[in-house]
Amino acid sequence: MGLSHEHEIHKRRMSRNLGVGVVLGAFVILVFALTVAKLNRGEPMQATDHSLRIDQLEASE
Amino acid sequence: MSDTSAFSEPNEASFGDYFALLKPRVMSLVIFTALVGLLVAPGGVNPVVGFASILFIAVGAGASGALNMWYDADIDAVMKRTASRPVPSGLVTAGEAFAIGITLSVMATVMLALAANFVAAGLLAFTIFFYAVVYTMWLKRWTPQNIVIGGAAGAFPPMIGWAVVTGGVSLESSLMFLLILTWTPPHFWALALFMKEDYSKAGVPMLTVTHGRPVTRKHILAYTVALIPVSIGLGLTSIGGPVYMASAVLMNLWFLKGAVAIWRRPEDVASADKYRVEKSFFRFSLIYLFLSFGALLTEATLKTYGLGGW
Repeated sequence: MGLSHEHEIHKRRMSRNLGVGVVLGAFVILVFALTVAKLNRGEPMQATDHSLRIDQLEASE
Repeated sequence: MSDTSAFSEPNEASFGDYFALLKPRVMSLVIFTALVGLLVAPGGVNPVVGFASILFIAVGAGASGALNMWYDADIDAVMKRTASRPVPSGLVTAGEAFAIGITLSVMATVMLALAANFVAAGLLAFTIFFYAVVYTMWLKRWTPQNIVIGGAAGAFPPMIGWAVVTGGVSLESSLMFLLILTWTPPHFWALALFMKEDYSKAGVPMLTVTHGRPVTRKHILAYTVALIPVSIGLGLTSIGGPVYMASAVLMNLWFLKGAVAIWRRPEDVASADKYRVEKSFFRFSLIYLFLSFGALLTEATLKTYGLGGW
């Protein structure tokens, strides 16, 4: 029983780490796909400037 | 001394144990009904947005399942059917289930708001609140009508799917909600009649225990009768059509026939043939829901070819 012995516990930990990694990776891809889909649909691309812009004034009139 | 006990903690959960917290089987029904709600809604939605929305609805529903397992660990441990769930079996701590439930609830709601709209996200948040707080914490241990009101949580997904596309609530989505709501009691009470679980030991007031089995049989019939106008009414709306109507009429007749048979059966006859009628009624209830939503989907598909609908 050397140091390289892999206990059952390590397998379960591995499955957990792998699972979380895959889920996070999939989430990143999903958010990117959503971004592409929404931008293609022509949604507003400019975030807030925390101050009034001229184009916002015109839009409201 | 080669003592490896420091590493051999037996309760190390794998990824699958955490996934089991989300009640995957309930989630599959949520995905199906939410998807139908989304696909039959007028207007349509970008496929990526649609996919993401269904995913977040499913995660939200799963999160409420995790919260349920956190709060109900004491009940689950007592009942045979639920004793092997991750928390009562000791694989996942109740605190972890709570943390996962809360985190995924918030994430799913926020992401649905960003992917779709605030109406859909609001409905999802309300569904989670309804299942985790109103049903799990309050009604489940208090009233034998628990599953009637708890069924509302399971009835929201098609309404959320509809809201993803339209940004609102309508007659159609309300009737889809009512369809699952009135379908749940006969479905679940039929199960309660033949799965004689020790609800009383767990402190859950089930109708079969509190009011007796003959009363439960009466209730099954009453809710089945209430289900018929909802099912037929849904067929008269803009998402109904001849295909849905034909299947709804046939299935309601068959369902009613089963409910009447259950209502008429004395308990000794039922236990003598091992609840044959109750079991087949329960199985048919699953087919009923699946085919009802399948027929709505068929109408929507036919519409794209200029057929279907009224």
